[in-house]
Amino acid sequence: MAGSKAPTRPLSPHMQIYRWPLPMAMSILHRITGGGLYVGTLVMAWWLIATASGPNAYATFGAFINSWFGQLILFGYTWALLHHMLGGIRHLIWDAGYGFSQSEREWLSLATVVGSIGLTVLLWVIGYLSMGGSQ
Amino acid sequence: MTEHRTPLARVRGLGSAKSGTTHFWHQRLTSVAGVPLTIAFVLIVVALLGRNHAAAQQILASPLVAIVMLLFIGSTTYHMCIGMQVIIEDYVHDEIPKLTLIMLNIFFSVAVALASAYAIFKLSFGV
Repeated sequence: MAGSKAPTRPLSPHMQIYRWPLPMAMSILHRITGGGLYVGTLVMAWWLIATASGPNAYATFGAFINSWFGQLILFGYTWALLHHMLGGIRHLIWDAGYGFSQSEREWLSLATVVGSIGLTVLLWVIGYLSMGGSQ
Repeated sequence: MTEHRTPLARVRGLGSAKSGTTHFWHQRLTSVAGVPLTIAFVLIVVALLGRNHAAAQQILASPLVAIVMLLFIGSTTYHMCIGMQVIIEDYVHDEIPKLTLIMLNIFFSVAVALASAYAIFKLSFGV
């Protein structure tokens, strides 16, 4: 096929110039939060092993998790966990065959992100209040 | 009996992967289990915030908390193992790197599961 030219018809927009619909953003966020939680299990394992090992290991873990970096990791883990849970519920609703209309897709996606951020902030407020504002 | 396979499939000798929708089904099963277990896990962590070692040890060793933690660990590490396998299969296409990553994924998931469960058992039985 000598001399074949590039098609002049419009090409479908690629990801960089595509205005992401919310359900699409939620789809990749579900995978990203899942990947983050995967790594985050190391923190959970460290926490449990440190508690089982004794006061010294527990104090070492405490120093890490109460540092600004540890708090950042824990905050991210909280949000990722709640986002992945709410996103999972959305997927289960879709698996059951419901929620596929335009408005329902938008609503479910918005509820996932608003719900995960809202619940994360609420949990951290409760967390800090339950510790009496210390730390 | 009628031959249902296409001639091409017969020549290649490749059948199904023999596992069908097992992972798909297990992913849903552990996600349904994961909802109440995750809520329970979050509540346990909140209850443990700022506790000293003795208190944390005591709470994690109480039967209900320990059992819920074990269920959470088991369900979650299996869920993340088959979830990560899907990600690997989606993005890594060369056979050797793909198989290597799938193996490392299973090693990691099993190690995290076993280490976490061991800690809970040690806290509960105090050996």
